[in-house]
Formats: sequence, structure tokens, C-alpha cells
Amino acid sequence: MSLHPVISALRRHKAGVVLIVLQIALTLAIVCNAIFLIQQRIERASRPTGAVEDGLIRISQTWFGAPSGDDAAAIEKLDAMQRADLATLRALPDVQDAAASTSMPLQGMIYSGNLSLNPQQSGLNVTAAYYYGDERLRPTLGVRLVAGRDFKVDEILHHGISGDAVSPVVIVSQPVADKLFPQGDALGKTIYQDGKPAAIVGIVERLQTPTTQAWGSSWDYNSVLEPVRLDGASASYALRARPGREQAVMREARKALLAVNPLRVMPESWGIQSLSQIRAKIYRADHAMALLMTVICVILLGVTAAGIVGLTSFWVGQRRKQIGVRRALGARKADIVRYFQVENLLIAGVGVVLGALLAALLNLWLMAHYAMPRLPPAYLLVGVLAVLALGQFAVWGPARRASHVPPVVATRAT
Amino acid sequence: MLAYYFELALRSLRRNKALTALMVLAIALGIGASMTTLTVLHVLSGDPLPGRSNTLYAPQLDPRDMTGYRPRAEPLDQVTWIDGMNLLQAKRADRQALMTGGSVAIQPAQSALDPFYQTARYTTADFFPMFGVPFRYGHAWGASEDAASAAVVVISSKLNDKLFGGRDSTGRIMRLENHALRIIGVLGDWRPNPHFYDLNVKNYGADEGVYLPLSTSQDLHLAHLGGADCWGNGGNDATHTAPCVWLQFWVQLDTPAKAAAYRQFLVHYSQEQKTLGRFQRPPNVRLRNLMQWLDYERVVPGDVQLQSWLALGFLLVCLVNTVGLMLAKFLRRSAELGVRRALGASRRALFSQLLVEAGVVGLAGGLGGLLLAYLGLWLVRRQPADYAPLAHLDGAMLLMTLLLAVGASLLAGVLPAWRACRVTPGLQLKSN
Repeated sequence: MSLHPVISALRRHKAGVVLIVLQIALTLAIVCNAIFLIQQRIERASRPTGAVEDGLIRISQTWFGAPSGDDAAAIEKLDAMQRADLATLRALPDVQDAAASTSMPLQGMIYSGNLSLNPQQSGLNVTAAYYYGDERLRPTLGVRLVAGRDFKVDEILHHGISGDAVSPVVIVSQPVADKLFPQGDALGKTIYQDGKPAAIVGIVERLQTPTTQAWGSSWDYNSVLEPVRLDGASASYALRARPGREQAVMREARKALLAVNPLRVMPESWGIQSLSQIRAKIYRADHAMALLMTVICVILLGVTAAGIVGLTSFWVGQRRKQIGVRRALGARKADIVRYFQVENLLIAGVGVVLGALLAALLNLWLMAHYAMPRLPPAYLLVGVLAVLALGQFAVWGPARRASHVPPVVATRAT
Repeated sequence: MLAYYFELALRSLRRNKALTALMVLAIALGIGASMTTLTVLHVLSGDPLPGRSNTLYAPQLDPRDMTGYRPRAEPLDQVTWIDGMNLLQAKRADRQALMTGGSVAIQPAQSALDPFYQTARYTTADFFPMFGVPFRYGHAWGASEDAASAAVVVISSKLNDKLFGGRDSTGRIMRLENHALRIIGVLGDWRPNPHFYDLNVKNYGADEGVYLPLSTSQDLHLAHLGGADCWGNGGNDATHTAPCVWLQFWVQLDTPAKAAAYRQFLVHYSQEQKTLGRFQRPPNVRLRNLMQWLDYERVVPGDVQLQSWLALGFLLVCLVNTVGLMLAKFLRRSAELGVRRALGASRRALFSQLLVEAGVVGLAGGLGGLLLAYLGLWLVRRQPADYAPLAHLDGAMLLMTLLLAVGASLLAGVLPAWRACRVTPGLQLKSN
């Protein structure tokens, strides 16, 4: 079938053609970028933390009437309270392990600092999150140790939150080891944490920092385990429940801790929560954004399809006479259908070329203003094919109606 | 005449219900999505203190050491204790307040209520007159209470409702972290959004219940809540001597001339501190007013902006769609329009008749869009974000919704109407 008659017919409907081309182009540009954004959000929200998340529980609580001040007596009193809590938690039948733990991946409460290779902190500098806790922290989190050893019991220090004593040994995450020692010989080496020396005794495979905020995104897996119980009016613990006993542990732990000392604040909303609850809460906005984008995309495609149906129907109505003539001259129904399909393919073809260009421009703008990565060409390709298919789908109805125009129309006046 | 066009429009729209419904729906969806996101954007980027914001400034200094120094880098967002106290005591501005956030445990006298934590603000006295904070009962404290570290406290009306059932509680004693403080004031309805004076706590929907003198909070060792940005090796906590910024300092400068003078003062102060050896970097100061400050701190979440752009793009597609559908609709009526032309109607009359029809579609779409916007905002309010409870449509946005819908559909109607009324009267009559 020659394209010539199709093109010359389209010349007579310039405004309509331009409008459909524009609509297809805009739709493609928006949908491609939106789907890419959806994928980004879903990927972000499903990153592994490095901990075994199932059965992991965090307790954050604050004592009323806890000794305030930084003197040694107060610190010792607070540490004893913390150790009493931990002993109680470890004795619970459904608790597999429990540890002092200031921070938890995704949870938000973060200590961070600068790692370097000399006390002057010149040269290579790496930002990392500090996870303060005792010797049970690594096994409780379920983070995989890939080199070296765990902390020994006698290596665990304790001091107040503003104390500046630094442990002489640390366990770092693999990304920290790789960045500071690209040769892969980090184990046993000395690093400087905010200018103070510590030897790397162990390396864990992966441990996400506690923050998912943008300011921490460039070092999101740089973590250091510090063998220090931090003593303050607030203390936090990590619990590992026996398989399937997560909910039971959360109830038991509350009861047991209040039995040890009822003068504490441990609200339902953030006092005791499982990591799966923390994860759901922290990524809710990402899921909402992904859902919104999906809805917009679906509606956008629907509106565009409806627009194609509307304009093509109008053209079919206008061309009843021509269609009748063609039918009278021997064109089969299938020929009429194919005519409108080819016509749509031509219009949509111009639309997707323009749309691909617009999508790339929109992506560049998003990269400049909203830190989006570059749009992979595969998204464009899939988008182009989807929009072309949508056009064919939308034109099917009007084209079939056109094919039902009887040849006798050719002989009538209008 | 307009009434007649209106009737014609309704008749014409009724004739092709599917097409009309499609146009109205497209406009309604586009308007609904745009107005939902624009309302959120409008609420979030609003002025927290209209009428005052242009005289309020956030001075910034750069007290860091030379580690990581880059010329022209932005100074820090908060101040150290020493700088804060120096600037406060210099009294070079019309008003000035040094403050920081905190969290305190409150032990209610009523046994029915469990002890609970409340976010607090530790501040010097000018905070209240400078920000125009309204009082329901009592009054704020003054410079003498600041100097004496008086055990006084001002509470929010929400906390007053919770503890005292909304009655005048001034003069009563509140137990706070085992200390007894006297309530001297209860605030009126005051929740500036964004929480401009301390963006470390929460950008929106911050809920401070307790305000007490900064000096008192330090004497009682009350817990600091917020960001602390430290450098060097002198400790890493919100203390008086640590190399950390953890306080917010705000000044009121009533004229631009005073602002310029204050900027000069900050430069001189930095130079003086450098001479003393406290500062190491060359003077690096900023003096942003409130709205510039919010802009600099990028308080409006990127996602909200992105959603607004997306919705506007969506509206654009819906409009292009409507233009196409109107074109089809108007051109299909060439015969009718030709008859009207032949009977003496001018092109201008036809054009306005068709635009009225477009306007009617826009109005219907706008009303539909308004409903969708209410639905959209209801969905936004169910989100967990800090700003979610603030997403409400106000009068201005409501009017804008309808204007945008009618305006957009009139714009969408211009090209189709222009094309349709070019019809030659004779030709159409002949072919009939």
C-alpha cells in the first residue's frame, strides 16, 4: 500500500495532526521519565541494609530521674542500668540475642564522623556512621563478618555521650575498607577517627547507615562498629528474636523492662519497633511517590488514547464519503482498517521521535535540578513501543467503524 | 446575547455526550492534579510570618578551622555558644534572640497522666516580641529573667489544654525533669510553618510545647535536641566550649540601612575573632532575611516540586487533548455555523459563541477538578510527611482553580473556534 494517499489526506487536517503528534510526544516524554523515577524509588526502598531484618527489633527508651551530668559516678550508674536492662532482655525465652546499640539501619538516629589515614586528617577523608554497641551488636544485627574477628568482651568501653575517649579497635564495613585501603589490605591497619587512632580488627560485608536522607546518600554504606556502650539518660538496644517470635518479643520486652524500672518513656510509636516497621515507615514517602507516578502515567496514557479515539472518530465521520467510494471501487474492509492503522502509525511515529527528544531533554533538566540519573535508552525504547502500540489500540475502534461504512454511501449526496 | 450563547452551548454539548464528557474529564483530571500539587507547594513555600519576615534576618558566621577550607563556600547555618553570646550581648540589632531546641520530660501533677516528653525551645527573651508571638494568658519573660536564669516557663495552648484543660494556668508550678518551674504565660494559636527559626528539628508541623530561658536550660542541664555541627578535636557535643555550632541566632533589623550596617558588623566581628585567634578563616558572613533563608535551606521538599511539575505537564497534555477534541467538535458543526453565517451572524459572533461553549466545558471541568483536588488533598493529608496536615485548600487557591480551569479551556478553545468560524456561508448551504 502506498503511503502517498495517506500523507496527502493528512495535509488537509494539519491542526488535528499537529495536536495528536504533540500529545503523543508530551505523553511519551512524561511517561518515560515517570517510569524511570518509579523504578528509582522502588530500587531505593528495597536496598538491603546488610542486617538480617526479619526478627530484628530496636528498643529506644529514656529513664526518668536518671542521673544527669558527666561525672564518673553518674556514668557508672547509667552503665549499670543499661547492663541490667540487657541482662533482663537476654534472659527472655524468645530472645536469641540482645545488644547495646545506639543506632539501627534506616532508623534515623545517627552518629557520624570523618575517617582518615593520619591524625591531621589531611589527604583521603571518608565520612562514616558510628554504631556504638557491645560485643553482641554484630551478631544481633546479623551483619556478615567477612574478615577478621568480633570484639572481645574486655574490649568494650563505656563512657558518656560527650566523652571523647575512642576505642583502639573498630570493625568497619567493606566500603569503608575499600575506600581507605584500595589495595584490599585494610585488616589490621590503623585509621584515624576524627583524628584519633584505631586498628581495624574486623570487616563486615555490608551495613547501611541509619539515615536515608539526601545528605547521607553519598556514603550510605560507610559504617563503623565501635565497641563502646554510650551512657546517657537514653539507651537503645537491638534484639534478635527467635524465628517467628518477633511479635511476642516486642510484647515481652516492654513488660520485662517496665518490671525492671517503670520510670521510663518507651512510647508505642517509636519505643519498640521491628526493623520491618522501621523500613515501612521510612520508605512510605517513596512508595507514595511511586504510586502517584503510576496513577498519573495510567491516566495520561488513558487520556491520550481517548484523544486519539476522539479525533480519529471525527475524521472517520468526515470521510464517510471517501470511504464509501473506496469500498465501491473494490477496497475490502481490511483495507479500510489498514488505512487508518497506517495513518495512525505515521502520526504516532512522528510523535514518538519528537517525544524521545523531549524525554531526553526532560531527563537532562531533572538531572540538573533533582539529582536524577541519566535515563537508560531501554526506557525510551520500551516507551516508544508502548506508545505506538497504544496508538494502534486506540485507532482500532474508529477504524473498524470506518470499515463498516457501506459502499452505497458513495452514491448518496452527502 | 450571552445567555443565548450559553443555551446554544448547552444544547451542543448535550448533542455529543461522550465527547463532552471526555473533554470535561480531561480538564477535571488535569486541574485536579495540578491544584492538589500546587496547593501543597503554596502551603509549603508560604511566608511563616507575613508582615514581619522582611525585617528578620539569620546571621551566619564561619568559625571553623582551615580543614576543608574552600574560598566562597557557604558559612555554617548555626552559631557556637561563644559567638551567639557575643552577638547577643553586642545588641547591634533592633532585637536579637539566641535559641536552640530541646526535649524535656514533663511529670504532670495529675496522676491520670503518664510522664511524657515534650519538645522545647530554650531562648532569650526577644524571641516573643521579635516573632510577634501571641499570648492567651500571661506574658513572656524579660531580660532580667534571662540574666537571673529564672525558673519560669511559657507553654503552648495545646500543652495547656492537655495539662490544665485550657484554663488560665499562669502562676502554677510545672514539674519538668524533676525541677519546679513557674508558668508565666500561655501562648495563643501560634504555629509558624515552615519552622523557620530552627530547621534542624522539623521543617513543618513542629510542635514545641515548652519555652524557657536559654540560661535556665543550661543551668538545669536540659537535653539539647537538634543538629550539632562540629569540627576539630575539641569534643563533639552541644557544650559551651566545644567547637560546635548548635544554636540559632536571629535578629530584627527594621531598615535596609540597618541590615547593611549589621552585615558590616558581622565582618568586623569575624576579623576581630581572627585577630584573637578564635577564627582561622577569612571573614565569611551572610545575612539572609527570612524568605531568602528558607530558599537557601531548600525547605520545600524536592518531591513536592517534582510532583507540581509533573502535574503541570499532565495538565498540558490534557489541554492539548481538549484542543484536539474541541477542534473535532467545532468543525463537525460547520454546516450549522454556515447557516448562522448565511443568516447574518458575524464571524466575531460565531467566535464568541464557540468560546462560550469552551468556557462552559472549562467551568464544568473546573468544578470536577475542584472535587478531585479536595480528594487529592485528603489523600495527601493521609501521608506520613511532616507537612501533610497543612495541605488544605484556601480561598485564594479555590478561586485560582476555577480561573485556571476556565482560562485554560478558553485558551484551548481559541484555535478550534478560529478554525471553525472561517467557514464560508455559501459553500455550506450549497452542499446541503
